[in-house]
Amino acid sequence: MKLKPIAQAVALSLVLATAAQAQVSDGVVKIGVLTDLSGTYSDLAGNGTLIATKMAIDDFTAAEKPTFKIEMVSADHQNKGDISSNKAREWIERDKVDVVTELVTSSTALAVQKIGKEKNRIVIINGAGSTAITNEACNDVTVHYTYDTYAVANGTAKAVTKAGGKKWFFLTADYAFGHALEKDASDVVKSSGGEVVGGVRHPFPTSDFSSFLLKAQSSGAQIIGLANAGGDTINSIKQAAEFGITGKQQLAGLLMFITDIHSLGLKTTQGMYLTEGFYWDLNDETRAWSKRFFAQHKRMPTMVQAGQYSSTMHYLKAVKAANTDDTAKVMAQMKKMPINDFFAKNGTIREDGRMVHDMYLMQVKTPAESKTPWDYYKVKAVIPAAEAFQPLSASRCPLIKK
Amino acid sequence: MEIFGIPSPAFFGQLLLGLINGSFYAILSLGLAIIFGLLNIINFAHGAQYMVGAFVAWMGFTWLGIGYWWALILSPLVVGAVAVLIERTMLKQLYKLDHLYGLLLTFGLALMAEGVFKNYFGVSGESYEVPELLQGGINLGFMYLPIYRAWVVVAAMAVCFSAWYAIERTSLGATLRAATQRPDLVQALGINVPVLLTATYAVGAGLAAFAGVLAAPIMQVNPVMGSNLIIVVFAVVVIGGMGSILGSIVTGLGLGVVEGLTKVFYPEASAVVIFVVMVLVLLVKPAGLFGKQA
Amino acid sequence: MNAMTERQRTFALFTVLIVVGCIAPFVLYPTFLMKLLCFALFACAFNLLLGFAGLLSFGHAAFFGGSAYITGYLCRDLGLSPELGLLAGAAFGGVLGALFGLLAIRREGIYFAMITLGLAQLVYFVAVQMPFTGGEDGMQGIPRGKLFGLVDLSNNIAMYFFVFAVFVGGFWLIHRTIHSPFGQILKAIRDNEPRAISLGYDVARFKLLAFVISASLAGLAGSMKSLVFQLASLADVHWHTSGQVVLMTLLGGLGTILGPVAGAFTIVSLENLLADKVGSWVEVIMGAIFVVCVLLFRRGVVGEIGALFGKKPAAGPAGH
Repeated sequence: MKLKPIAQAVALSLVLATAAQAQVSDGVVKIGVLTDLSGTYSDLAGNGTLIATKMAIDDFTAAEKPTFKIEMVSADHQNKGDISSNKAREWIERDKVDVVTELVTSSTALAVQKIGKEKNRIVIINGAGSTAITNEACNDVTVHYTYDTYAVANGTAKAVTKAGGKKWFFLTADYAFGHALEKDASDVVKSSGGEVVGGVRHPFPTSDFSSFLLKAQSSGAQIIGLANAGGDTINSIKQAAEFGITGKQQLAGLLMFITDIHSLGLKTTQGMYLTEGFYWDLNDETRAWSKRFFAQHKRMPTMVQAGQYSSTMHYLKAVKAANTDDTAKVMAQMKKMPINDFFAKNGTIREDGRMVHDMYLMQVKTPAESKTPWDYYKVKAVIPAAEAFQPLSASRCPLIKK
Repeated sequence: MEIFGIPSPAFFGQLLLGLINGSFYAILSLGLAIIFGLLNIINFAHGAQYMVGAFVAWMGFTWLGIGYWWALILSPLVVGAVAVLIERTMLKQLYKLDHLYGLLLTFGLALMAEGVFKNYFGVSGESYEVPELLQGGINLGFMYLPIYRAWVVVAAMAVCFSAWYAIERTSLGATLRAATQRPDLVQALGINVPVLLTATYAVGAGLAAFAGVLAAPIMQVNPVMGSNLIIVVFAVVVIGGMGSILGSIVTGLGLGVVEGLTKVFYPEASAVVIFVVMVLVLLVKPAGLFGKQA
Repeated sequence: MNAMTERQRTFALFTVLIVVGCIAPFVLYPTFLMKLLCFALFACAFNLLLGFAGLLSFGHAAFFGGSAYITGYLCRDLGLSPELGLLAGAAFGGVLGALFGLLAIRREGIYFAMITLGLAQLVYFVAVQMPFTGGEDGMQGIPRGKLFGLVDLSNNIAMYFFVFAVFVGGFWLIHRTIHSPFGQILKAIRDNEPRAISLGYDVARFKLLAFVISASLAGLAGSMKSLVFQLASLADVHWHTSGQVVLMTLLGGLGTILGPVAGAFTIVSLENLLADKVGSWVEVIMGAIFVVCVLLFRRGVVGEIGALFGKKPAAGPAGH
């Protein structure tokens, strides 16, 4: 007696499964934004990325008048791998989400990347920085769009070493991303003629850095490289200023966002070098977009938020050009079309999924130089796309044939 | 000269820094110990009260122009007033129950406070300036000591020992201690025990807020500053012996130093060393270093 | 109700459980259900200790997360089959539990809780330091594998029924333990330890055994979760997870058979539901729920329902 509903349910699920396999577009493109809305990374990604995605959908709809409908769903993954993989599966299997995007924190990004491959859906990663995404874990459905730890660490370390900061000391978060930042930066320091005179690995998170800074001070290094992120970076910088280190030794942030500078203020951060993938005040185009973003978010965009808009737009354009939401075809289209918008000029998505574009070496302004709110950076150098990211020759991605 | 393989100046520097961090542990664990000792409540909201204390100082300065020195007094008062409300409406009902319920309730409150502040201020937090009077530093020969850090130790010591004195050496303190042992008897003597308990909770929370204001110029004022700390402070209280006032102060300072030295020899383990010490201490002395044997 | 014998009640309970469990995956989303079951087993294991032996462990994440890593490592890097991986995970939980238990069991109340917390922090530290865990990237790509070399578990429905079977097995074991003479002695110790001692029971041994059973089932739950999500991460060993299982148990009803299941279902569903709906207000709402629960529904969901039907209030920790 209980069998009938079960049989019906089985039949129904079979029908649904075959429908999904047939890859017939249902006239709706569904974008799933999975991000940290309440935790450590909610400032650099968070709500701002939801706003950016909506802006992209609205702009695309207004400009391109697509024949398909576009919907957005979003969720807070709370930086937990199980919540994010549960949501991603549910979205893909049940709600027919076509692309899962944003994904700050590497554990969530790597987990969803695997699900994307298994279920054959596109995954676009903006917030997470791990280079594993396009190396060991790379696959043909994932795009790593905005930045990675190699690009930000490499850019800063190279420029600072070339400018005479030869002796480095690393303050490293004792976590995978900290180790990766340190390794990428120290490789570049050495190859640019500098040397690493010491380092310390601190637990994550730490609130007091004075002991570590004291070590850095006595190491005789000219540069203290901060291979950490978020609150740890903020407190290291703040306390370096307190202990009078900032005048004698220079700090170099290896993974910093404009929101960190905003939170610390220019008085403490002035003169620091860092690498960003985007800055709102680069040119008229970036200013125009960022002002619109600011109107909604009350904060200027981070590179992750700008990248979220740009990548969503690029995806939608690819769907329209390929005239399907079939994963392989859209992916091929995305890789074929160059990206030319306010975020990137002639950006391209490589075979390993890495989107390569120009990065910017920034120096933080002094309070006197800053004329308006959020006027924080001087562009010291544009790092061309070809140099900014890990070259394919060094790739550990199985898709790359050597 | 070298001590344990590091130059002695650096060694003394690290000891001093450890002591400074220990001052924060001391004030925070003191507040927890008072609340536990007298109310039988494990106050999980302590970290949140510390965070709110720092934020009140920041808001006072940024929005109303109230400076650091006033904040040191006003912030504990504000947080204390909120604590009175919490005690009157919620905690009061839990005194006779298992510790578990007090812990759960205050944990819920901590989550709420953190969530609200995250929504309004974001997670990167806000910067608070060192007050003008205490800017700059002194070169001690073996290290550069920011004046503000020296002030932290002095202020923390002063507050801790006055609290200890008030509880252990005055008649008010004696009444308090009596009230926790035999509330019925003390009530019969014409003393209003519920008011006494409310005041105690407010003082404990006020101490957390005071520590928050002290920390604001050194650490970024952000909504999670307390939640990272609270679990360590719990360990400190347990090592000292739950409810022991003097124990919590001395252990706080001592563990600050232990942690500081770990940062020199095995920095990766500096977050875990206090827990190792805790397990070892409890195996040897089941009620903590200064606790009375149950 | 009173007319039913203990045996009949148990039979009814398990029949309902199995029928509901068999229909569920065709109504609700299977992956989500599997998550529910993993946490429900975790909470039941915890409740065995707190609700029936009166021991509050604040370090259960060590077993849950530690076993998740072990199973992940064995299945991914050494190619073990899923059923052996689970067994190894449960065994690891048990061994770790014996170690924790030996150190903690002679301490009481808050001191017991703090020793378990301290030891769990050590496990967390080891998880951060060991290269095979992948640090904060987590251990990714754990294969679900083939059950007994036959059933392909990458099929969600197959995986669900496997998880459900393990859950029922674990639940049954806990149920049996509680209703065995051993369980009766545990309750006696919980209610009045000196009396139990004077009756000649080796209290420490009974507590230790309860701790080991609880730890190994918590480990089993964690191992299962690593297979379901093909992922083990630092969040699983973090003290937040230890706290979460306490909350689940209390919310559902301490010392009731179904309480932890209800608690786990409530919290996991809320987490899942709130993730889409309220964004950054998740924490505030969760916090408010705990506060309301402590103030108004102290017996937990199942305990309150039981009270409505006039059953004796669930045995919680006694007042001091």
